Amino acid sequence: MSAITDQITAAKIPVGDAAETAVTWLQINAGWLFDTISDALNALIDGVTFSIESIGPIGMTILFTALTYALQRSVKRCLIVALGMLFIINQGYWDRTIETLSLILVSCIVCMGAGVPLGIATARRKWLYTVVEPVLDLMQTLPPFVYLIPAVIFFGLGQVPGLIATVIFALPASIRLTHLGISSTPMALTEAATAFGATPMQRLVKVELPSAFPQIMVGLNQTIMLSLSMVVIATLVGAGGLGQPVLNGLNRMQPDLGFESGFVIVALATILRVMLEVRKA
Amino acid sequence: MNTRPPPRTAVEFDRVSIVFGDRPDLALPLMDQGRTRSDIQSATAQILGVHDCTLSVAEGEILVLMGLSGSGKSTLLRGVNGLNPVVRGEVRVRDGDHMTSITNADPATLRRLRLSNIAMVFQQFGLLPWRSVRENVGLGLELAGQSPAQRTVAVDAQLALVNLSQWADRKVGELSGGMQQRVGLARAFVTNAPILLMDEPFSALDPLIRAHLQDELLELQKSLHRTIIFVSHDLDEAFKLGNRIALMDGGRIVQCGTAREIIANPVSDYVADFVAHMNPMAVLTARDVMQPGDDAAPQSVDAETPVLQIMEMIRDGATTLAVTDGGARIGTLTPAHVMGRLVNPRG
Ligand SMILES: Nc1ncnc2c1ncn2[C@@H]1O[C@H](COP(=O)(O)OP(=O)(O)O)[C@@H](O)[C@H]1O
Ligand SMILES: [Mg+2]
Repeated sequence: MSAITDQITAAKIPVGDAAETAVTWLQINAGWLFDTISDALNALIDGVTFSIESIGPIGMTILFTALTYALQRSVKRCLIVALGMLFIINQGYWDRTIETLSLILVSCIVCMGAGVPLGIATARRKWLYTVVEPVLDLMQTLPPFVYLIPAVIFFGLGQVPGLIATVIFALPASIRLTHLGISSTPMALTEAATAFGATPMQRLVKVELPSAFPQIMVGLNQTIMLSLSMVVIATLVGAGGLGQPVLNGLNRMQPDLGFESGFVIVALATILRVMLEVRKA
Repeated sequence: MNTRPPPRTAVEFDRVSIVFGDRPDLALPLMDQGRTRSDIQSATAQILGVHDCTLSVAEGEILVLMGLSGSGKSTLLRGVNGLNPVVRGEVRVRDGDHMTSITNADPATLRRLRLSNIAMVFQQFGLLPWRSVRENVGLGLELAGQSPAQRTVAVDAQLALVNLSQWADRKVGELSGGMQQRVGLARAFVTNAPILLMDEPFSALDPLIRAHLQDELLELQKSLHRTIIFVSHDLDEAFKLGNRIALMDGGRIVQCGTAREIIANPVSDYVADFVAHMNPMAVLTARDVMQPGDDAAPQSVDAETPVLQIMEMIRDGATTLAVTDGGARIGTLTPAHVMGRLVNPRG
């Protein structure tokens, strides 16, 4: 190697060492915290899974179709949703779908529960957004496999590390879209509310959130799609779900397994998108 | 005789200055030297909003703030409900039997005054598009904590007053501009706030609708007797609606008075230019166009005789007219002098 590159590599910046030290330190000192988080998330996932299981495949088909009608008022969309559900059941992937659907629903709960307040907070404080923005970029560009490693170290194998990885990947969307929605509320509207005596809280609830609602719903939609795109990766750490047949197919070189569950994933994505899409009035 | 007490003050601007920027202290000394906005902006990067505006508005009065775009009308108006903070001086508003400072009010007082004393109508309406007409009109009452059941009666009565009852459950986006501004008016009237701020409320509407809404406003005012501060850049509108008019230029009030006072005695070329296109015949009287003095003349007219009527007498052959006020002769009219005053009121 040339003298110059020798010089550059001479004092290597200890990125890897620092990460390892941090992970070890956290493992020793914050183990109780990870255990608590793990227990809470597990309980949440179990609850959602149990609910879907008790409603059953036909019940869920009816529920989703009815929900689609309530939100979209379109028979065409209802038809797409119903046919999609029947296709999933038809392929014999209902149990796998329950696991994936639970993971996605909990991911949505966590992402919206954290993303909307964070989006509001960053819309209020410019400095906070300048701090948060690069972190969001990092979350979206860092390859998921990288944070999968500490996720497994902290939470063990199972659905929780899969969920954590999914949330890290999907959370920026809801923060960004809430931020956009709140900060693009027309000044004329917030001022009118102020002029009629609104407190900051009233302004948020009665003007900014309704005005940002379409963007927040787009955020929810993106959260769902991004979570779905993590299905296979989540399977790698033992989360099960529709990614499992894909991995099995890959290991055994069985294209049928891959395509079957691949199309089931596409069907699920389509159902959720058609059901929740926000259209301009 | 039936003598009413003189009306009380409803809004008081006490040497109000408003500066946009974070260092108003740099701009104020330059403003006091009478420097212009662009001067001050290049010297200090602060923007002069308004400077040293003093004005008091009586209860039940319609005062129009008038001037070219950028003259500071909106800025001054928004000082009244604290949308723009006053950096020096003070705005006070009537609050029961005393005046309360808006400028130095704590947040709770400011909120109380906004809920119950001061309402506002905006040029771009400022209605919430996802809400129905009824929900928009009820906004102020809702913010004050009234339940839907409590506010229905007042809201529906107000909707009837502006002829929008059939539209109550529509979304505001379905309404025309003129109807949307009637919603804006109803929203401002329904809180019973005695002070109304109107920032060019009719400017976004086409002329016919505008004239119609002006008439409606005057009609409503006959029964509601609110104190109205009305911003306009349209002279006809100002003269039609205003009991008094404050003319603004470059962030300063240059003249304030009735239409007649301003047309008869414009204080500067800016004001004279502004009123040059007004028809003075509609507002001036004998007193405004006479030559003072006690000359004998065969015919006499009262000082408050409209100029139009005097022109008719001149057309019919009168050459000299004596002007009387309560029996006393106070001046004379000659055709040449009347013409002179009409052509150039400052002459
Ligand atoms: N929020 C603001 N920030 C900075 N400058 C402003 C702001 N609002 C108004 N101005 C400036 O103050 C001046 C007066 O504006 P304004 O009161 O809106 O005028 P008008 O209503 O008479 O047209 C203008 O030069 C305008 O650019
Ligand atoms: Mg304006």
